[in-house]
Amino acid sequence: MSARSASPTIANGTGRASAREAAASVVDPEIRVITIDELGILRAVEEDPASGRVTVTITPTYTGCPAMDVIRADIRRALTAAGHPDAEVRTVYSPPWSTDWISEGGRAKLAAAGIAPPAPVRTAGVVSLTLAVRCPQCGSPETEQVSRFGSTACKALWRCRSCSEPFDHLKAL
Amino acid sequence: MNGPFDFTLALADDALIAAQRLAEWTTRAPEMEEDIALANIALDQLGAARLLLSYAGELEGAGRDEDALAYLRDDREFRNALVVELPNDDFAATMAKLFFLAAYQLPLYTALAGCADERLAAIGAKARKESAYHLDHGALWVKRLGDGTEESHRRMQAAVDQVWPYTHELFAADPAAPVDPATVRPAFDEVVGPVLAEATLTQPDSAWAPAGGRAGVHTEHLAYLLAEMQVLHRAHPGAKW
Repeated sequence: MSARSASPTIANGTGRASAREAAASVVDPEIRVITIDELGILRAVEEDPASGRVTVTITPTYTGCPAMDVIRADIRRALTAAGHPDAEVRTVYSPPWSTDWISEGGRAKLAAAGIAPPAPVRTAGVVSLTLAVRCPQCGSPETEQVSRFGSTACKALWRCRSCSEPFDHLKAL
Repeated sequence: MNGPFDFTLALADDALIAAQRLAEWTTRAPEMEEDIALANIALDQLGAARLLLSYAGELEGAGRDEDALAYLRDDREFRNALVVELPNDDFAATMAKLFFLAAYQLPLYTALAGCADERLAAIGAKARKESAYHLDHGALWVKRLGDGTEESHRRMQAAVDQVWPYTHELFAADPAAPVDPATVRPAFDEVVGPVLAEATLTQPDSAWAPAGGRAGVHTEHLAYLLAEMQVLHRAHPGAKW
């Protein structure tokens, strides 16, 4: 192979951004501060060196997640823009997504956007106990759950008893 | 029932009809948080139903996809247990159904996650995590209403009495299935007994066990539900949003 450019956007010497980076840059349509890579739903990006065909594998957070169609379309759009028009997006369900797959960077971005990130999932039981959730606004651990089902399938609604602000909490799964 | 197709279709129809019934609460639940919760649970059920219907269609091998199975079958072709098609009725009745269904689906999906069929195992492993939340939610309401006021206790007990007989059909033995539903009955009883006791409710001791759903013989309520669910697709075949 010829010498590669140091630029991360020109990874294969043909002027095209790498398929992996293009797919990884897609943001979650319902939580727009975090990418699908940081969220852990981007499982694999494979490029066939002969045909240039790209296969992207993703997995949903929840089975009924209504954002999946938009995510598939966004991935294809990002890949086309990066010079990979021949792309297929596959969906797998095993192993099932877990909030433990959210990256450290992703957790920091969630917190910065006012969404309390999930605690690590306990492996002992099927129903995970919730540890103290810190208010993403004021940092107080004096918080309470208002409803375990929130604005999207993956979030619960919480309230801070110190600053009285309601906030979203990405629930452990 | 015989074979993985019938089994998969039965689970798919349980989830699909439960989703459609729960969705009827949208904008009508007693409080906004509950409205959102029921819509979320309905969405989870719909997600599982879509995966199961798609797989059932593949197992059948007759070219029917999830839409053909959901929208183009008549009531006699549905294989859901009767409990999920019962009208929502009182909020307490909805909570009794939600609680009993989750107490059945959680151990069933958990067992499915370890079965030999890879596709069903993947769906089970995914869906059981969601069922755990449904069970938690249903149990919370059963306790809150059962151990609440005199009126809420009366209505929760009435709901349990009303729904309980229909739970037996869920555990009809099917030794040929990837997971025999009869084998998850102990797990159901282990969860349900203590919750009802904590809710100060009496577990019914009725031998009446209406059934027929798995054979396509339904209550009069299912056809009305299907009429509403299917009308758009039947009027405009292939319509997309």
